Amino acid sequence: MIEIKRVTRSFGRRRALDGVTATFGRGKIIGLAGKNGSGKSTLLKIMAGVMGADSGEVLLNGLPITRTLAGSQIAYMADADLYYPYFTTDELLRFQESQYPDFSMEKALEAAEFLNVDRKTKLKNLSKGNRGRAKIVATLGREADAYLLDEPFSGLDPMVREMIVKGLIRFTDPERQTVIMSTHELHDVAPLLDEIAVLKNGRIAAHDQVEDIRMAQPGGLAAYMRTLYEKGSEPFGKPS
Amino acid sequence: MSFDFLPDKPIYQQLIDRITGDLIRGILQPGEKLPSVREYAVEAGVNANTMQRVYKELEGMGITETKRGQGTFVTENAERLGQLREEKKAQLIDDFIRDIEALGFTEEEIAESMRRRER
Repeated sequence: MIEIKRVTRSFGRRRALDGVTATFGRGKIIGLAGKNGSGKSTLLKIMAGVMGADSGEVLLNGLPITRTLAGSQIAYMADADLYYPYFTTDELLRFQESQYPDFSMEKALEAAEFLNVDRKTKLKNLSKGNRGRAKIVATLGREADAYLLDEPFSGLDPMVREMIVKGLIRFTDPERQTVIMSTHELHDVAPLLDEIAVLKNGRIAAHDQVEDIRMAQPGGLAAYMRTLYEKGSEPFGKPS
Repeated sequence: MSFDFLPDKPIYQQLIDRITGDLIRGILQPGEKLPSVREYAVEAGVNANTMQRVYKELEGMGITETKRGQGTFVTENAERLGQLREEKKAQLIDDFIRDIEALGFTEEEIAESMRRRER
């Protein structure tokens, strides 16, 4: 379980996060939505322990997230396209194995097979779709408590997106692993999600069960997002 | 291929409709083994928690049975399956009647048109 308590973070005079509070339960798959610049990446980085907050705290299973804790229990995948351009996927996986005690080469190779990843070509020479898959394999190779994925689908074609969705279902355990991902491709990803949290003006503007939204909001998730942004209020009457 | 889903109906409900539909069409046979929750979730491209709920509801409906250590199977209870067929039919008719009433057609008018269509 991840608890975020009143987290703030500014960049110069711009306040990216302005008191974010949220709880993400164990075993859930959560989509983090919001416009560009709404603070999704910043929040993920803080949850992953790779960036500090100005104030507030983030707890993983009750303990404050530190770099060390994060390194052994949180698998973070950054949005950056080129991780280690001169590595092949095989080299990337060996590097991950050397860095993270929870990395399982067996699981990673199985995921690489499942996602049909080219393991012998340098990452910089792979297509964007192949690199996206290599990155996810390197991340899923870990047996972390939480996977934090920054835009895992961005810029990928629908077939690759679908493969990654399936890989996420296949290689994460809903009994004990939490997955939080920021995404723009809500439509493709919606069937994968248990919950959606929407960031707006540096705060969580809404956080709901996706199945509840489908039930209560005519037009579904797309209408929910639209309402949230246009009217700036509660998107729908929550089911009681 | 992942399945396509309507945006404003719960996914677990759509999956139940799909599986019971496959049963009525005979694509799925009495006594047949269903994939594991995880396998089916991957195939459909849905969350494993959602699929778990689908399996639980189907079992609650008496459509499937879980055999310990073996997996989930479609029931061989012919009476229950016959009943399911009737339930689906009633549901289709209810939906249809709601649609035509919403547009202001009368039942007589529709019945007449359907008889003519048969010929």
